[in-house]
Amino acid sequence: MSDTTQASSSGGRQRRSIWKSLEIDPRLLGMIGAFIAIAVIFNIMTGGRFLTPRNIFNLTIQTVSVAIMATGMVFIIVTRHIDLSVGALLATCSAVMAMMQTRWLLDLGFDLGHPLLPWLAIGAGIIVGTIIGAFQGWLAGYQGIPAFIVTLGGLLVWRNVAWYLTDGQTIGPLNETYSAFGGIQGTLGSFWSWVVGLIAVAAALVGLWSARRNKVAHDFPVKPLWAEGVVAAIIAGGILGFVWILTSYEIPQRVLERDFEAAGRVLPEGYTASYGLPFSVLVLIAVAIVMTIIATRTRLGRYIFATGGNPDAAELSGINTKLLTVKVFAILGALCAISAVVASARLANHTNDIGTLDELRVIAAAVIGGTALSGGIGTIYGAILGALIMQSLQSGMAMMGVDAPFQNIVVGGVLVLAVWIDIQYRKWTGEGK
Amino acid sequence: MTTPLVELKNISIAFGGVQAVDDVSISLMPGEVLGLLGHNGAGKSTLIKILSGAYKMDSGEIRINGEKVDISSTRDARRHNIETIYQTLALADNLDAPSNLFLGRELTNVFGLVDDARMEAETRKIMKRLNPNFKKITEPVSALSGGQRQSVAIARAVYFNARILIMDEPTAALGVHETQMVADLIKELKAQGLGIFLISHDTREMMELCDRVSVMKNGQLIGTERVEDVTEDDILSMIILGKNPREKAVA
Repeated sequence: MSDTTQASSSGGRQRRSIWKSLEIDPRLLGMIGAFIAIAVIFNIMTGGRFLTPRNIFNLTIQTVSVAIMATGMVFIIVTRHIDLSVGALLATCSAVMAMMQTRWLLDLGFDLGHPLLPWLAIGAGIIVGTIIGAFQGWLAGYQGIPAFIVTLGGLLVWRNVAWYLTDGQTIGPLNETYSAFGGIQGTLGSFWSWVVGLIAVAAALVGLWSARRNKVAHDFPVKPLWAEGVVAAIIAGGILGFVWILTSYEIPQRVLERDFEAAGRVLPEGYTASYGLPFSVLVLIAVAIVMTIIATRTRLGRYIFATGGNPDAAELSGINTKLLTVKVFAILGALCAISAVVASARLANHTNDIGTLDELRVIAAAVIGGTALSGGIGTIYGAILGALIMQSLQSGMAMMGVDAPFQNIVVGGVLVLAVWIDIQYRKWTGEGK
Repeated sequence: MTTPLVELKNISIAFGGVQAVDDVSISLMPGEVLGLLGHNGAGKSTLIKILSGAYKMDSGEIRINGEKVDISSTRDARRHNIETIYQTLALADNLDAPSNLFLGRELTNVFGLVDDARMEAETRKIMKRLNPNFKKITEPVSALSGGQRQSVAIARAVYFNARILIMDEPTAALGVHETQMVADLIKELKAQGLGIFLISHDTREMMELCDRVSVMKNGQLIGTERVEDVTEDDILSMIILGKNPREKAVA
């Protein structure tokens, strides 16, 4: 009897030590596990239609807009605030950018084909988003109005500012370069997708290697080489697998024919081409990298997490927590503008209801991704995975033909369930209180 | 007579209608431990938070080495090598020991990014000296025991070459062994010439560690005495009655 307990406990220790040496965040593992389970279940229920390159491509581009904002929402929630205005702010930014490229800049004398047109529009949108975000952050940080109230008001204000700016009309069609950020209208194609994939793998390997070298230089314990190798292989496999799937989605023949015809050429016999990485996904990756660096490697990020963990301690350490609040809201404002580019470009138009209910999707993505509403805890990759899980549920159910009300009922239930699991997990590990 | 390390002159601060600190003057010499005693709400912590930059005084002046200084933020205080160990420890529970130790003063690399490896190495170095049993360097401080958390707070104050150290109830949450470690540390720092303000409720401990004690009641300074000149009972009566028995004796 005692022998068996001993054996099983030592077995448990060994298993734990494998995970320990890999040093993979168990929460990340759990989320990836949940995502894979969802994907496999939907794939079976839809008769293999869920895990096709085409659907994965669509899933990816549908996730981008919410995922970009969710990375910013992490900072907001980590500092114990909330932002209910992101969907409305997205609409205002989208309206500004649409009006810039279809009316205002033209009134200033730019012609429709001017190469600067989309970039000036995007720049204006980002500036507007940042200023509105900073203003809301100022109200919350310096004036002490709870962020819940500031952004609840903002939800109404910015939704209707967008309406006012556009007279409630659909604005479009949007500039061609601008629309390339929407997803399927702008992709890298097979060759460049692989180039980007290989560069990403190389960067990841260099990152792992220099982190290890840094640890060795300071005589810190490092994980065994085999564990390092396994982690590197998983990362490389993940990146290249993703590129492989997206490059397997071939452009339909009729689309190719149309494109060749437009260029005045004839489609060669047996010619194929694939979409590859959409520009919008590259934007998301860039946002994710920048936000992760801010979160983990800059003073700003350190202060964001310290303030979330203990605002008094942060203040006593000389951190200006009021200015910090302005900064995190400004960052989210800028990200709302970037999301607005992706969202309106995907629709090829600015619509009056763009971004409606996005605040809830964004908050849900951050929370499903492990961001604690009590503050101080959250990761960028978690929020992106959270957005992906939400979108998978939604589009998987749509593919299965689940009625719209049931889709929303399930998504709402999953949100509550995810938070419950997270609370149980934290109780079990004794992390947080 | 040498110039005092710190002089707090005629300090007053009010919150709403409450005069939390009322015209208090105390001074601290290099290598001296000055104890601050008094009931909860007597104004000790408030007075000390003025020196550490957490509160801004309504009137009065602060001199360091005889020079008038302006302390309006914790950053100002730190610039004058004033370090504080708060009663609450002021640790961000979700961060690890190095992040807490360097909070607000992170070491950065050439790109301006925080250098976690170097901060961890420095933390290991100072912890080896302060608390050799401290092993959980990279875990969130919420996972640490009371004594270990205290070590992090002390390390944060000591690491940055403090000349003036403020310790608010440093042993309140500690066991016997850890209390002794703090007492030894205070003696060591004192020998290095630091000036230390010590706040505590434990009069016996204060008699042992301090050179002089100041007693406050209702925001006012009742008196400052050398510990050799008074008994524990004298101090207790100053705390409770708000009267200095020695003044009466002289009168």
